[in-house]
Amino acid sequence: MGPIKKIIYNCKRATFLIEKKLIEGLTLREKMELYIHLYGCSVCRVFDKQSALINKMVQQLFKSSNDDKIRLDDTFKQGLQHRIEEELNKN
Amino acid sequence: MLTTQLLNPHKWVDNHADYLYAFAMSRLSDEEQARDLVQEVFLAALERSDKFEGKSSERTWLTAILKNKIIDIYRKRSPGLNNLPVKAAEQEQQDFFYEDGHWKEEHWPQEFGLNTDDPLHEKEFNKVLQHCMKKLPALWFAVFTMKHMEDESTETICTELKVTSANFWVIIHRAKINLRACLQKTWI
Repeated sequence: MGPIKKIIYNCKRATFLIEKKLIEGLTLREKMELYIHLYGCSVCRVFDKQSALINKMVQQLFKSSNDDKIRLDDTFKQGLQHRIEEELNKN
Repeated sequence: MLTTQLLNPHKWVDNHADYLYAFAMSRLSDEEQARDLVQEVFLAALERSDKFEGKSSERTWLTAILKNKIIDIYRKRSPGLNNLPVKAAEQEQQDFFYEDGHWKEEHWPQEFGLNTDDPLHEKEFNKVLQHCMKKLPALWFAVFTMKHMEDESTETICTELKVTSANFWVIIHRAKINLRACLQKTWI
């Protein structure tokens, strides 16, 4: 099987290229391979879209956990500041 | 002697504790560990306060200390990093693909039907996302988080976690396929 034919039928390779594309970009050749594969494969097109979406959502996780006001409880914080003051007084 | 002009430890808890805690929580998903880390960061920062040059903000400096501690935890969570059996991981791909590289029908990606314009919807999805991230093997979670949350360079990740470049790509690919499958299973 020629290299082009190989990629047309190889979703495992195509999903790998999708990850590579998102992280460091593809070579011209790889771009072509992926383009040809996606043209004919609707299942991998869904993967392509979702993979980018997942990355975007992961990047936003910290921001949203900040919005949600994930907080330490006050008792813990008081103890913590107390501990810091102790350390400061040592010097 | 503390560089009190630059650092204000008396206000650290008020100013930064919640921020650092949320930062650690989003990367560790473990309340107790995140709490402990916040304390460790402050104590470590006191010890090396003389090294603070004021080139960055107090918060940036504290966050950098926290990041290093998180990487330490990633390392501890995945013992024997060097021995990661790539072969085994590759073989596991067979769960999702036939030998010729075709998706197995039962693993075909399907549309999530996620409406990113709806904050409530998105919030629910975030919960599922965190749940699924937690299910990844520790090393995959570490690689995945450092890459996609921290945007660390591939080189740094490989050095810090002692992963070869070949393993890095296997893990990145594998982690995404698993994570996506878990999202599909849990969300739809």
